Formats: sequence, structure tokens, C-alpha cells
Amino acid sequence: MNRRSSWAIPYFIFMLIFVVLPLVMIMLYAFKDSNGSFSFSNIATFFQQKEAVNTLIYSIEIAIITTLLCLVIGYPAAYILSRKDLNRSAVTIVLFIMPMWINILVRTLATVALFDFGKIPLGEGALIFGMVYNFLPYMVYPIYNTLNKLDNSYVEAAQDLGANPIQQFVRVIIPLSKPGISSGVLMVFMPTISTFAISELLTMNKVKLFGTTIQENINNGLWNYGSALSLIMLVLIGVTTLLSYSGKGDEQSAGGLL
Amino acid sequence: MKENCIIKIENICKNYDGVQVLDNINLEIQKGEFVTILGPSGCGKTTLLRILSGFVKADSGKIILEGEEISNVPPYKRNLNTVFQKYALFPHLDVYDNVAFGLKLKKMPVDEIDKKVSKALKMVTMSDYEDRDVNSLSGGQQQRVAIARALVNRPQILLLDEPLSALDLKMRKDMQLELKEMHKKLGITFIYVTHDQEEALTLSDTIVVMNYGKIQQIGTPTDIYNEPQNSFVADFIGESNILDATMVRDREVNFVGHTFECVDEGFGENVPVDVVIRPEDIYMTSKIESAQISAVVKSSIFKGVHYEMFVETENGYELMIQDYNSFEIGSEVGLIIKPCDIQVMRKERTCNEFEGEIVDSTTVEFLGAEFEIAETDLEPGTKVRVEIDFDKVDLLDDKDDGAFTGVVNFILYKGNHYHLTIINEDRECIYANTNDVWDKSDMVGVKILPQDIRIFKAEGDE
Repeated sequence: MNRRSSWAIPYFIFMLIFVVLPLVMIMLYAFKDSNGSFSFSNIATFFQQKEAVNTLIYSIEIAIITTLLCLVIGYPAAYILSRKDLNRSAVTIVLFIMPMWINILVRTLATVALFDFGKIPLGEGALIFGMVYNFLPYMVYPIYNTLNKLDNSYVEAAQDLGANPIQQFVRVIIPLSKPGISSGVLMVFMPTISTFAISELLTMNKVKLFGTTIQENINNGLWNYGSALSLIMLVLIGVTTLLSYSGKGDEQSAGGLL
Repeated sequence: MKENCIIKIENICKNYDGVQVLDNINLEIQKGEFVTILGPSGCGKTTLLRILSGFVKADSGKIILEGEEISNVPPYKRNLNTVFQKYALFPHLDVYDNVAFGLKLKKMPVDEIDKKVSKALKMVTMSDYEDRDVNSLSGGQQQRVAIARALVNRPQILLLDEPLSALDLKMRKDMQLELKEMHKKLGITFIYVTHDQEEALTLSDTIVVMNYGKIQQIGTPTDIYNEPQNSFVADFIGESNILDATMVRDREVNFVGHTFECVDEGFGENVPVDVVIRPEDIYMTSKIESAQISAVVKSSIFKGVHYEMFVETENGYELMIQDYNSFEIGSEVGLIIKPCDIQVMRKERTCNEFEGEIVDSTTVEFLGAEFEIAETDLEPGTKVRVEIDFDKVDLLDDKDDGAFTGVVNFILYKGNHYHLTIINEDRECIYANTNDVWDKSDMVGVKILPQDIRIFKAEGDE
């Protein structure tokens, strides 16, 4: 082994202990029953329990709504930030990114306090608000990145060929910023589908998300069933990631974060 | 001719951060013409093209397209199409969709789009590439698609922004011929921007030479080559000998110590002028007694068709000559120049002139710097006109020794000295004659001795 590749050893060990080993453990636990023998019973139990399946579907719904809201709010924001004629200072970009500097739990607790202060009841609405608020920067930043690097000559070429501002936007700017969009969508969708802290705090435990279900099972000592649920979620996230990658194709993915 | 004018550019001016990029441009272009805007980089040619396409707004002036003012019409409503320097083909669309982009926006029926796209691709010999990803094409192929994408919309004028600059020499030559062929066939007006003088001479019906944001000369390629109007044009287009001369009287001009017969009139008597003689227009002979002047051959290089020789005349002028016959280095030869081959040009300037202000009895301020002068009795604050001869401007290697620093912007060899244009930070020019060799964009310190600064009280000033 040469000198350079030996530099990778610490990372390799780290990955082994903290990424590969836990994954293997989840797999092992998920396919074992309480007696320790191999079985599919945990997975089967999940699909038989209507409540758990409904929670998963509900979590996906909330994640999709959050992601779409982030996209609808985040894209125009990123567009404005990237336009030199509309935004001349880097300060506005920092302001958009700054919430990321503060711990997610602290931010959520502050949101709860705000809602209390305004006498707004906590619940589903508060949950979606909190999620959008927390994850918006993850949508804005990758889109801003691609738009910022987008060669203005493409927009000029579209104008030159007769595209009005709306047509330029729909036919050139949006398609060319796709890598940023898919990065942003992934970075918002993945954490929102598995979150439990935000939902607990912002709904006073009234609304249950899939993350909460997993956490409850593990806390109650049902390690095998909890692992099976984690595995299902992992597969779900894996499939979404793969889908968004194939959508990206071999086009220039400049500026995307993933 | 008037009704044939397709686009008229009137008094266009443009400033970028206080720098005058375009200075009062006036131009009329005829329908079906192939016009080339030619100039070195930074001369304002691309800005002018972008004003035509609408991406840049002029500070003042008008653009009139077929009798209608379009100065304030956005680019997408102008019936002009551009071939961009770096093609700007849409990377998310294939060749077909790139070419069809403009037609689809016009909501044309699909079968008609189909017909037009395949016709356009056939014209640029790219028919087999319809489904190809544009990123998989070579530079030349991308260029062809870019041309097809612009032409398929049948614009009134096609604007081309240095479209061939990214191609290699062989490809460039082929594309030049093809462009010329397309222009002939389609009858669309082409406005072509380039810094390549050979390309301009090959392609154009009319060449517009630009420098420092101004039009230097408009004419056919032969006009521009044979009768350049100033030393910049003469130097920029082709090889040339540019020399200081004196117009003795009508049809007689004196340079390199000899009075030659010429065909120019109306300059006056004993007026300093510049003359241009193309290297192929000086005839060499070994019979010195029958020649006008004699010279010694200093160098000779075989260039394929001809020899390129440098000769030195008796009084120290160096001339470039192209001849089919080679003369031995060191041999004495006679030179003959025909009257019609001498192009006489009015001098743009005979000395440096600046507006300045007296600071105190021994200091004057101009070009953003202070200079020592011979004692004056003019009051401090008086506006003055300052004159300095070209050969009294000293250029120094050490920037700190000069009154101000500048950058060598343009070098003109005049046979026995160099005429340099030096630009200071505020883009003001000072001209200097020197025998030292400087390179373009060298930083120099500029020094002028007190006795060489001539001061005149500005007129109309109290």
C-alpha cells in the first residue's frame, strides 16, 4: 500500500464503525424475530398494522407538501438572489442561509414559543410551517448555486430567438437549473420524512409521523420491529434518491450539491 | 440608394463606468449587404452589435430598422438573429429542438417546423445530426447548428459575433467560404464582427474599421486596403510602410529624403502628412542609376510566393518590400515607387495638445499629473492649452521616475522611429516618438522636461 492511500485508513475505519456496521445491524435486527431466528415477520407485521402504514403514508404526504412549499418559496428567492441586477449584496444570501447556523431544536423551540405568544394553536399547520422554516435554506442554496453559474448567453440566445421573459424562464432557465432543483428536493425531502423532534414539539405529540413511530418502538425495547421500520424508510429514501438521479441524466449537473 | 437602406445607426454613444466605448457612431447598411465591423479587441465592435441585437441599451442615439425606430424594442421583438461567439446552444435540447426553438415560440404548425428545420440543417450539412446531443458535437458542428438555429427564423438581418474565432485555421477557412455562399443564396443582410482583417477582406462587401469607439473608415475591401484614411487603418489592415512625409505641393510628396511624384492634390504646400506604401508596391532593381532612391538589403526571408526583405535607405529609413526575386543581403539596390502606389494621408495630429491649469509660477497640471515648467507669469488657476512635441516625451523604464505612468497601447513603426500611443489611468492618450523598442501593454513612466512644455492661455478664458 502506498503512502497516499494509507491516508484513507482513518476514514475507512470511521465509515466501517459508524456507517456500515449500523446498517448491517439494522438489517440483522430487522430480519430476526424475538427468539433470534431469521424471519420476515417484522416486515409482515408492519404491513398488517393499519395504523403504522397510515402513519408512513401521512409522513410521505407531509414531506411532499413541505418539499413543494419549499420549492415554491425557495425557487423565486434563489432566482432573485442570483440576479445581479436585483440583488447586489452578499448579505441577503447570508441572511437566507443564517438559520442553518442555529441548532434545529433551538429554532423549533423558538417557533413553539412564537406560536404560544401569538395564541396560535399548535398542530398540523404549525408542523408544516416549522418544517418549511427549518428546511427552506436547503432548497434555496443548491438552486441559487446552479442559477448563479448559469451562463447568461443561454438566456440571451432565447431572447434573441423571440422568447419573452416568461418563455425564457420556462423554456431555458428552469430546465437548466434542474440539477439544483433535484438537489434541493432531495435535501428537503429526506430529512422531513424521518423527522420526529419537530413534529413532537410543534404538535404537542398530537400528530404522529413515521420517525416518531420508529422512536417509540425502539424506546419500548422493540428493537427488531423498530429496525424493520427503519429499513423500510431507508429503502424509501434510497428509491427517491435513485429516481431523482435518473431524472438528472447526463446533463451538466454543475452547482448541484449531490 | 436610400430606399434600400435596411438599418440605420444614428449618433450612438455608450459609456461604461465613465469610459466612452462608442463615440457617436453613424452607419447605414444596405439590404442584402455583407458588412464587417473590424477592429482590435476593446474597440467597441461587440458593444455595437449588442446594441443592434438589443442586449445593451445605448446612452443616446437611434437605431432605425426599415424606417422604424427600434431603440427601445426588447430583443425578443426584434426581427434580428444572432450567432453567438460561443454558440450558446441550449445544452438541455438536442440539435433538432435547438433549431426549432424559435419556430416553436411562433406557434408554427408541427409539420411546417419539421420542414423548415430539416431544410436549415441541410443547408449547413448537418442533416444526420437531428437527434444528437449538442454537447457531443465538435466546435465546427456546433457552429453550424448555431447558424441554422439563427437562419431558420428568416431574420431581416443576421448578426454574427466573431463566430469563427473558436475554430482552427483550416475549419475557419472552410466556414468562411460557406458563410459567403449562404449569404449569396439567402440574400439576408449579414453584420459580422471580427478582429481578423483577413477574414474581413475575404467575406465583406463593406468593411467598417473601428478603434477607440469610433469609426475609422468605411469602404469596400479594396478601398480599405489601397486607400486607408489614416495610419491606424493602414497598419491594421495588411502589411504596410507608414512614413512621415511632407506634401511639397500638389502631386509632389517628399519622404525618405526624396521628392516623389504622386496623384494626391489639395493638401496645400509644405504640409506634414503620412504616406502609406504597401510592401508589394516598391519595385527593386539592380540598376541604381535608373531608380528613384538607393538602399542596402538588410534581411531577406522566403515566404513561399515572395521574398520579404527589409532594406535601409541612405538616410536611415527601414522599408519592408515584398518581391518575387531575391536580392543578396548587403547588396545595394535601387527602389522605384509609382505615383499611384503612394497613399497620402492627412496627419491626425502634429503634436500633443492638452487642456491644463497653472498650479503656481513653475508648475502646470494636465493629464492628472503636475509638471515643472519654465517660469510663467500666468495666475495660478488659469486654464491653459499645453503643447508638447512627440519627440520631447521621454519614456522611462522606471515608473516612479516619471510624472505619471501609462501603458503602451499602440505602436506604429515609421521607418526610422516608433510612434507610440500611451494611455494613462483615465484613458487619456499621449503620443511619443522614440527609437527605443517597447512592447504593447508595457508600463512606462512619462517624463517631460520643463523647456519642452509650451503653454498658451486658453481662449475665451478670463
